[in-house]
Amino acid sequence: MSEKQDVAKSDVAQQTQAVLPPVDIVEDEAGIRLTADLPGVPKDQLSVRTEGQSLLIEGQVAIDTPEGMEPVYVETRSPVYRRTFNLSRDLDPTKIEAAFRDGVLTLRIPKAEHAQPRKIAVSVV
Amino acid sequence: MYESLLRLPVDFFSEFDRIQRELNQAFGGAGAPTSIRALGRGAFPRVNIGTSAKSVEVYALLPGVDPAKLDVSVDRGLLTIAGERASDLPAASDKVSVYADERFAGKFKRTVSLPDDVDPAAIEANYRDGVLRVSIPRREAAQPQRIEVK
Repeated sequence: MSEKQDVAKSDVAQQTQAVLPPVDIVEDEAGIRLTADLPGVPKDQLSVRTEGQSLLIEGQVAIDTPEGMEPVYVETRSPVYRRTFNLSRDLDPTKIEAAFRDGVLTLRIPKAEHAQPRKIAVSVV
Repeated sequence: MYESLLRLPVDFFSEFDRIQRELNQAFGGAGAPTSIRALGRGAFPRVNIGTSAKSVEVYALLPGVDPAKLDVSVDRGLLTIAGERASDLPAASDKVSVYADERFAGKFKRTVSLPDDVDPAAIEANYRDGVLRVSIPRREAAQPQRIEVK
């Protein structure tokens, strides 16, 4: 284990309260589309970043509450969403496109040029 | 190949998440769902309710739902939030593979019972960042008043 991984581990231990957002992951020939539900996260509190082959999605919930409100019934407790994915080598982390609307994040992760399917012509000699 | 790379860690952690949720439900103490109309894990939408002296606030987590198609109604002290979230997964074919399908799709309906002292005529609902907030004010008479001593 490298030092970097250990650091990442202690980070996770500190923040176990984060909720895993549900995702859909679909692959087609050009790449992968990842859709995640992050309700209550404003655009400026959302962070999507890649470190090498790992993709981290993180969001902080910011919901207006009236003064003096007391929670009486709670199904979602944590104000933080976090989820990490390992990308495979054939995906290009530098060309990820992201869109965020109504609490739904859509990521488009294209395949690296060399990994795009190619039809190889067989020539008859 | 993707199957092994993507699916393994996903399921592995979501299993932890599930266990944690179940433990929370069992030993969560204050705030754990005890309502008779609570839905089990994986319920959609998730609902948080808060009260203040002036109002009752219901927050429904409804990401990616068209607010115009939401049906919010009150009948005899019951607040109902209903609607439908369409699936955006493509039809399965040779060229498309679906690795994770965790997001809710389909029709949903949740019912919350309101306290007696609210004013259903003055309900306000707004939708922002995927959260529907329904605000039901308490009746004037029920709000705390300061009584002046003469």
